[in-house]
Amino acid sequence: MHQILHLFADPFAFRQVLPDIWSGFLINVHMMLIAEALVLALALLLAVVRGLPGPAVKPLRALAIVYTDFFRGTPLIIVAYAFIIGIPGLRYAGISGYSNEVYGIAALTVVYTAYVTEVYRAGIESVHGSQRMAARSLGLSYGQALRYVVLPQAIRRVIPPLLNDFIGLQKDTAIIGAIGVIEAGAQANNYASEYFNFTGFVVAAVLFIYLTIPLARFTDHLIKERELRERAAMV
Amino acid sequence: MSSFVSLRGVTKRFGELEVLRNVDLDVGEHNVVCLIGASGSGKSTLLRCINLLEKVDEGTIVVDGQEVTNGAIDVNALRRKIGIVFQAYNLFPHMTVLQNVMLAPRKVRGLDRDAARAAAMELLKRIGLADKAQEFPDRLSGGQQQRVAIARALAMNPRLLLLDEITSALDPQLVAEVLNLVRSLTEVGMTMIIATHEMSFAREVSDKICFLDAGVIWEQGSPEEILTKPREPRTREFLARVLEGGRM
Repeated sequence: MHQILHLFADPFAFRQVLPDIWSGFLINVHMMLIAEALVLALALLLAVVRGLPGPAVKPLRALAIVYTDFFRGTPLIIVAYAFIIGIPGLRYAGISGYSNEVYGIAALTVVYTAYVTEVYRAGIESVHGSQRMAARSLGLSYGQALRYVVLPQAIRRVIPPLLNDFIGLQKDTAIIGAIGVIEAGAQANNYASEYFNFTGFVVAAVLFIYLTIPLARFTDHLIKERELRERAAMV
Repeated sequence: MSSFVSLRGVTKRFGELEVLRNVDLDVGEHNVVCLIGASGSGKSTLLRCINLLEKVDEGTIVVDGQEVTNGAIDVNALRRKIGIVFQAYNLFPHMTVLQNVMLAPRKVRGLDRDAARAAAMELLKRIGLADKAQEFPDRLSGGQQQRVAIARALAMNPRLLLLDEITSALDPQLVAEVLNLVRSLTEVGMTMIIATHEMSFAREVSDKICFLDAGVIWEQGSPEEILTKPREPRTREFLARVLEGGRM
């Protein structure tokens, strides 16, 4: 027991490692915020493209499908390796000179955009066709009906699953750390290999949990609120 | 006489099924035409073909001197002058009553916020729901929601109003408030095509009644002709059943 405490929760190690882990954790938060903003916008664009009607945009639709199939099926760590190790290795002037963190954010964005596209799409499809019909019958164009009638309802419905995906994204920022960004997990690992003490991992884990719990409770709250509203609408 | 809406030989298929067969219909300006017939007889589809929510397979439809079925027409421009109200209201649940009524005038007619709001409030006052302007639709009764849906259509100043069984989903005690509103529209000369199961209402407001069955208009004429002295056996049979159900 004493041995376990010493290895995983040593007060001295805690004080020693905390500053490094904290500064690493800020990098996690930084990557997460940028990736989430990009994912929200790109996934919405892809979901809309997948829903466009007509034969003229068939190639675009097909492209969107290939994208989501490909990146939903590829493990994040492989995409991260390809971006962080692969792109600089290409030595292309325009894209090869960025920091690991930038490639890490790109990898997270590319993979999570594929997931979130599907979430948005489910939301769009859950809005009954009669809503679009009512909008079009008033003279609104396809785009206007989408923007003012379909998307606001769709997005409201998918906020809980979106937040859920973002909890996943927050944690997966640590995968980027395994490849070459000195974030919280990597700091903990460095400390562990230097001092043979794992307190840093516990510290990093607690920080991640602190970040996700408010999101998780907020998601629960939204779901519960909607249930109440729907029940009230039925009476 | 030139008519405001004119259908010639309109046929519509959903796959193998012919839901409209060779339909001819004329509606004069300021006239009210009621479509009667069982559910599935093609009344709704007929209305939806007129504002191009459905595409006809054969035949022509002319609205206000403009052929709408030739594929070259600006669909959004056409729909600006044709309002439609649905059985299920189809209000936008994420918007307040006022926003529901303001949306199309702002985005389609291009009114600024103040003008659209003033016009919408005026309409809501007219339908007696000005005090509900800031409520969301799910806080309103069915009859109130349907009146808002009518106001939403009227906000575009349509030349033609299509009413698709707008009282069929309502509790019996809420039907009258909606029909009264429609009645007030006939008084100001709104051109309307109304699919309905309310026979006494149809008798009262119609200039012409059409009986549909299996996608065919079997007979059309004055309310007197259709409801009192129908020629077609199908019409007689339909009306007998309506009478039996106490809806006459």
